[in-house]
Amino acid sequence: MGERERKGAPPFGGHFVPRTTVMDTDQIRRAIKRMAHEVLERNGGVDDVIIIGLQTGGIEPALHLVEALEAIEGTRPPLGSVDVAFHRDDIGLRPVLPEAPTDIPSELTGKTVVLVDDVLFTGRTVRAALDALNDFGRPRSVQLAVMVDRGHRELPIRADYVGKNLPSAFSEVVRVTMQHVEIGRMEK
Amino acid sequence: MKHLLSIDELSADELRELLRMTPSFAEVASRRIAKVPALRGLTVATLFYEDSTRTRLSFEVAAKRLSADTLNVAVKSSSVNKGESLRDTAETIEAMGIDAVVMRHASSGAPWQLTKWVGASVINAGDGWHQHPTQALLDCFTLQQQFGDLDSRHIVMVGDIKHSRVARSDVEAFTKLGATVTLVAPPTLLPPATNTWPVTISHDLDAALIDADAVYLLRMQRERQREALVPDMREYTALYGLTAQRASRLSTSVPIMHPGPMNRGVEIAADVPDLDQVVVVDQVRNGVAIRMAVLFMLLGSGGSAALPVLEAVVDDPDQQVDESAVAV
Repeated sequence: MGERERKGAPPFGGHFVPRTTVMDTDQIRRAIKRMAHEVLERNGGVDDVIIIGLQTGGIEPALHLVEALEAIEGTRPPLGSVDVAFHRDDIGLRPVLPEAPTDIPSELTGKTVVLVDDVLFTGRTVRAALDALNDFGRPRSVQLAVMVDRGHRELPIRADYVGKNLPSAFSEVVRVTMQHVEIGRMEK
Repeated sequence: MKHLLSIDELSADELRELLRMTPSFAEVASRRIAKVPALRGLTVATLFYEDSTRTRLSFEVAAKRLSADTLNVAVKSSSVNKGESLRDTAETIEAMGIDAVVMRHASSGAPWQLTKWVGASVINAGDGWHQHPTQALLDCFTLQQQFGDLDSRHIVMVGDIKHSRVARSDVEAFTKLGATVTLVAPPTLLPPATNTWPVTISHDLDAALIDADAVYLLRMQRERQREALVPDMREYTALYGLTAQRASRLSTSVPIMHPGPMNRGVEIAADVPDLDQVVVVDQVRNGVAIRMAVLFMLLGSGGSAALPVLEAVVDDPDQQVDESAVAV
């Protein structure tokens, strides 16, 4: 969820007050490295793999995942980004603004796309991202990597690679940076 | 934001926010499948009481790229020709459940009048000599592409300022973004109260062009001129037109702009539009992206209209922890 949405839309308006730090820098680094190994194991290398981060939370994790893959395998898979603002199902229900232009680095048809996001929550953002990818071709498969899976799915969507499973209350907010993962709530 | 009627109703922040979002819309327009479902199910009507090709087409393309349905009220073949008043036309539009009306009218202020009669969002696509806000937005965006930021840039606008709604909107938008503007025109083609405008007035084009960062040419609007304001077109071209000689003295990094349609041989010499620094085609291309951004701001992102709905969601006392994430 983008910074702009966080600020604008309740229950995400206000400022974030952390309750607990769930992961620190080292744990995040190790989780990304493990996820990189899982991606390689599952796909037999990085040939035909494209990493695509979701605006805005998935951009940094995607970059770190690409770097981890390069460190292990010696080849750097293409890195892109997708902004799902135009494909969301809550347009008109709350302020949804595009963050940055979508950047798909190569033809997707026949490739394996690994979508990367910070937090998997209701699954609606991922649904929108799958919809957005349709306009760019027909990937052989689409996989999902998330730093945190916090539950509360509203759609039949699951992650293939998970940094950490984190049980949470619906009204709580999970914040992911590359320094730490925190859980807390928004206060006015 | 419910309507877009004039630049001066936009705050500098809203203006910057629109410009910030525009590259996202330009990216959509450049896709192989250039259509996203953002405004699915919404209807945009264009109601043009004055001739236009590019503005009307541009709005129509923009709406279609966002999956809105579009309707053209072709005024020349509609009941307006049978004597229907603007109010009756507005009520017809209202009854049909249209979400946004893009309006061009020969009378200044007509779009404001329309907002009193319809619940739809109204976008001013040009009202008389008064305002043409989406043109100003696309001009700002085109200039940003050229220099990054408009702050402390010097923009020279030349030509028929008096009859130009583009000049009125552009001056407000450029100065809001921190640019300085010089208007160059013969006294007969300047509006009466330019002393209240945040601009410098000049009658000497060659002097103004010396430190120009961009040159903006305005069309001689002969259809609006009701008296002989310029003694002779050739003399006007010699003094105020961008001749090949003047163009050659400009640095190649100075963009030359024109809102179209161009009168080749009047405000711009016949072969000048073919120079590389002429960005007229960029202006047209950017027009689609900026109009997508405007339609999305008014109809899609919800603006103020959608916010009250959210209040119900806020006080959700659901504190139940979802343990299903653990099982994965």
